[in-house]
Amino acid sequence: EVRPCRQPVFPLRYCRRAYHPSILPSLISTTSPEFAEKSKAMESLVADIDDKMATARLGGSEKARERMRKAGKKLPRERLSLLLDPHTPFLELSQLAAHDVYHPESIPGAGIITGIGRISGRECVVVVNDATVKGGSYYPLTVKKHLRAQEIAREHGLPCVYVVESGGAALPHQANVFPDKEHFGRIFYNMAQMSALAIPQIAIVHGISVAGGAYVPAMADENIIVREQGRIFLAGPPLVKAATGEAVDEETLGGGQMHSSESGVTDHLARDDEHAIAIARGIISDLGQAGGKEVPATAPEDPLYSASELHGIVGTDLRQAFDMRDVIARIVDGSRFREFKKEYGTTIVTGFAHIHGYPVGIVANNGILFSQSALKATHFMQLCSQRQIPLLFLVNVTGYMVGSKAEKGGIAKDGAKMVRAVACADVPKLTVIVGGSYGAGNYGMCGRAYSPRFLWVWPNAKVSVMGPGQLSQVMTTVSKDPTKHSTLKEEIEEQSTALYASARLWDDGIIKPTDTRDTVGLALALAARKRGTAGGVGKPLATWDGGNKGFGVFRM
Amino acid sequence: SPSEHLDERKPHFGKVLIANRGEIACRVIRTAKKLSIRSVAVYSEADADALHVKMADEAYCIGPAASSESYLHIDKIIDACRKSGAQAVHPGYGFLSENADFAEKLAKAGIVFIGPPASAIMSMGSKSESKTIMSNAGVPVVPGYHGSNQDATFLAEQASQIGYPVLIKAVHGGGGKGMRTVHAPADFADALASAQREASKAFGRAEVLVEKWIERPRHVEVQVFADQHGGCVSLWERDCSVQRRNQKIIEEAPAPGLSPELRADLSAKAIAAAKAVNYVGAGTVEFIFDKDTQHFYFMEMNTRLQVEHPVTEMITGLDLVEWQLEVAAGNSLPLTQAAIPLVGHAFEARIYAENPRNNFLPDSGRLLYLSTPTPTTIFAPSVASRAPADPGAALTPRLLAESNLHVKPSIRLEQGFPEGANIGVFYDPMIAKLVVHARDRPEALRVLRVALDEYRVAGLSTNVTFLWQLAGNENFCRGEVETGFIQKHFDELFPRLEDPSAEVLAQAALFVVLSELTVAGSSATPWATMGARHFGGDLSERVVTLQTHDEDATHPMEPTSIAVHVQALPTGHFSLTVHTPTGTHAFADVSARLVDHGRAVESTTGGAKTRTTVVRQHPPASATSTPGSTSAVQRLHVFPAGSSAKHTLVLPAPAWVASLAGDVASAAGRGVLRAPMPSMIVEVKVGVGERVESGQAVVVLESMKTETVLRAAVGGVVRAVGCTKGEMIEEGRVVVEIAEEEQGN
Repeated sequence: EVRPCRQPVFPLRYCRRAYHPSILPSLISTTSPEFAEKSKAMESLVADIDDKMATARLGGSEKARERMRKAGKKLPRERLSLLLDPHTPFLELSQLAAHDVYHPESIPGAGIITGIGRISGRECVVVVNDATVKGGSYYPLTVKKHLRAQEIAREHGLPCVYVVESGGAALPHQANVFPDKEHFGRIFYNMAQMSALAIPQIAIVHGISVAGGAYVPAMADENIIVREQGRIFLAGPPLVKAATGEAVDEETLGGGQMHSSESGVTDHLARDDEHAIAIARGIISDLGQAGGKEVPATAPEDPLYSASELHGIVGTDLRQAFDMRDVIARIVDGSRFREFKKEYGTTIVTGFAHIHGYPVGIVANNGILFSQSALKATHFMQLCSQRQIPLLFLVNVTGYMVGSKAEKGGIAKDGAKMVRAVACADVPKLTVIVGGSYGAGNYGMCGRAYSPRFLWVWPNAKVSVMGPGQLSQVMTTVSKDPTKHSTLKEEIEEQSTALYASARLWDDGIIKPTDTRDTVGLALALAARKRGTAGGVGKPLATWDGGNKGFGVFRM
Repeated sequence: SPSEHLDERKPHFGKVLIANRGEIACRVIRTAKKLSIRSVAVYSEADADALHVKMADEAYCIGPAASSESYLHIDKIIDACRKSGAQAVHPGYGFLSENADFAEKLAKAGIVFIGPPASAIMSMGSKSESKTIMSNAGVPVVPGYHGSNQDATFLAEQASQIGYPVLIKAVHGGGGKGMRTVHAPADFADALASAQREASKAFGRAEVLVEKWIERPRHVEVQVFADQHGGCVSLWERDCSVQRRNQKIIEEAPAPGLSPELRADLSAKAIAAAKAVNYVGAGTVEFIFDKDTQHFYFMEMNTRLQVEHPVTEMITGLDLVEWQLEVAAGNSLPLTQAAIPLVGHAFEARIYAENPRNNFLPDSGRLLYLSTPTPTTIFAPSVASRAPADPGAALTPRLLAESNLHVKPSIRLEQGFPEGANIGVFYDPMIAKLVVHARDRPEALRVLRVALDEYRVAGLSTNVTFLWQLAGNENFCRGEVETGFIQKHFDELFPRLEDPSAEVLAQAALFVVLSELTVAGSSATPWATMGARHFGGDLSERVVTLQTHDEDATHPMEPTSIAVHVQALPTGHFSLTVHTPTGTHAFADVSARLVDHGRAVESTTGGAKTRTTVVRQHPPASATSTPGSTSAVQRLHVFPAGSSAKHTLVLPAPAWVASLAGDVASAAGRGVLRAPMPSMIVEVKVGVGERVESGQAVVVLESMKTETVLRAAVGGVVRAVGCTKGEMIEEGRVVVEIAEEEQGN
């Protein structure tokens, strides 16, 4: 019996499904007790993450915020919101960075806000020091978060705006902040190289910008300083006094007036925070070709099914299996999914879809990876690479099959094909861990080591070398000390949570299941962008040798 | 009798030139079109895009903006007649309409002046001469001295004879200039000197007359019409008592509370007055009507079509411009007195660019937004004409005739300017006339109030809200009109303005937020179309700062600052918190969108869906450089649905903008004097190289008939003068630059 489509939601989905073969059906029962239970468990997990993020968003203490307000300054998030175009999205990164890492110190968000947002109509990477958290000083994870934001900017060719107010490296942590390759100095290395790649580097100095931190504005292509508020110097008055005996106040030593009119360290002198941000917005609007160019999407279409059902489909207990197609159906445009090799290697689901109007090839887990599954995924990734279609990995993988039968079947060889395909597929890759990501499955499904453009985790996600149960079993057989077995299991369990991983920047942040579609859509739009190029040179090389990119913009 | 001329009816002119602008030019052109008469417009350079130019069949530019160079320039108008081949000129009102010289020159050029003979204009142009003529014709005049002796002592004696209070009035002139009321002999000398000064400045002649001052006068005037064959009729009276600054603001016909005998007497005296000067065409005989004694006195005769002629048209169902053309062509009056109807009641409300709450000070500027009630009629709807009755009853129409029952409420709009036009910068600040007609006075007032509700203007101050208040005033509704009405009922007419409600503030904030959104959402990427998604439970919040704007000089109030926090919910709805000094109001889950091409916000702030019109007014480009100038801010004009209220809110500029502007000003120095408003230079009192003291008057400006003296803020030597006498200048223009002298050495 065909019922007329009168109401927009329910009858529509059934009518359309009846005649469109690529529309995924929804066979779940939202009224079953299992669904309700899973849904409830996920909701409480999401609520907990929401709470933690809300706390982290506040930044440092109320006292510290009040101090900033009293000084006539805008708070870090107020600066951010003035900088962004009104009514546009902000894709914030790693909001829970450093969560519970520097116990007993609390360093919310690692003392830095990073993300991608729209400024004067162009997507930019924004890095905001949070001066309410330890004066904006750089802890090891602060550096890591800053560098990650720069990496995203470089990969996507996004202009960078640094909203600076920082005392530089957190001195007690200097050993983990200063010396290594991926430490503080890398920030300036990145700025120089991005400038050479015609990725604009803009800095706004709202407060102190001292020592190593002074190089952020100094390395920027164009910068702004707030009068009688922003200060740039290599050494502050006490150090100057100690070193040379010169007695000098901060404003004389490194104030905006001096730097704008005498030293030339700064380019624009602003009256206050709001003015500085207005100037920055003006700079971004005048970036010309260097600002890159967006590629418009085809008309997007909402999925047919509600995203809130994802909670009840996936749940929080990873041992309970679910069909990843039910997840895909709630993420992709019109719930349309043109599946590839549906009947072969059924523990992996591959196919083509659109998200927010952008084409995407999806690789998703539906169980243990067998040789057939690995071969199918490899085949599919080659297709996407050839067609220049970005890849989206929806991860819920316990790993590749073990045992003599699998080994005889060459699972190691087939798994390696898949890992090789992931590593070398010449298209932007996005990874969302919706369940577990264990062992070599993490590699084949584009884990952090495979440089996806973005990697997000759901609150229920688990990332470790193997499941905690298995791991403690293995440890029992290997280690002879039984007292350590129980604590080890707990330790492994804690270390494999999304919260633990995200605090350490093993991902770009925890996202709510219901935000998956929008998050991925924004990332696909970034991946589709045409970047600005320096000197007409094409794609950036992985190494600098022979790139012939020049030096970027020297501050004169 | 009319039938004698019937067979020898003269044809209309083929082409008529209208020597005027604005609504009256449009009004005349409409009748010309109706009668298939070609119309010729003239316009000044400032009016090149004006409505009357577009409406006319041909149009001729007659010079620069200043009236003296264009609309008052007789030769240029006669030249336009020659070029276009117009056979007659309709002068409208104002400008050259009562200029005998113009009438004579036209006659010499063989062009018909659509108006009375030059002699009648001249006789009525002089107040003292006209009174003598009227006295002789048996028309009552106000006791007074109209002679030529201008000796102050002599005039004071005359005043004492007439009896205080007395009125001193300029012999030549009008519009309230050169007029002073004196209540006691001690004040006479000063008032006389001041009236003479003003008169000589405004009209070049200092002569005054002294008259009895009537304590509770009404202004009642009779519309008369005369033809070239001795025919003269009355089209009944109008009451124009309620005035501000001695200028009319609301007119009605018939005058309320007149007995049939009084009406007949007024008409009879008006006809006598017209006949005394061999009047031809449309004219108005103005009387002062003493409310206390019910006596009326001849005041003056206006030898033109009046601004308020539409109310007469509405109650008689006639087209007075058509009658003017008929008479000018040499035909006799279309109707006899006995056949002229008087049906229903009509009001005309004049919509002016002015601020009633600041002593009705005229305003000028661009009509940023104009939305009017929908007119139901262009000309007066025809009414049943009276059957010729016995000649004795010719002047006493039956007011509550059966035909009144069939009068349908009608709204007529006389306007000369579309949205975007500049009002009041060079010419009269009247924007439009709203005319209503209904079966009786209460019904007409109701129609008027609803129509005023729907009359919305942004960009300049108007008297719309005041008119609305007036039309609903209890005393006005009872017909208790007198010329001192506004002063007498001041407090009722100007109730304390209420601050906009939280709901209105929320709607204004939504407008600000939504209009930003439409700018950003230009391309089809989720970064542009997704809206304010911040993920992880974070909601994008925008704080809209608003300030109340006080245009009320009557009850001055400090502006209040309001902060509206607008959160964008993932659903696309909004959550708002309005923080005012008196409290906090929250609106949860509000759906909102812009409608009407971005000029209205439709929202559910009050639970129900409401549509509020919001017009954004940007400051003029030149205003940013003058800090502290109230015109240097962005404004929002908010018109809540279903109400005549209009709220103006200021969007304050960020602190840094003011800081930068302050620098610009101080860089320019305090010695730089700028024009605070668009104005005309009346006098430049200093020259380059001259020394001036701080506080010395350097330039005199005139804007909207009001003089402003610019004074030096510092002592020093004049370095430059940026204007010349008689020049029209824009706001922000540097008029004088003074090199400040170093202090203390």
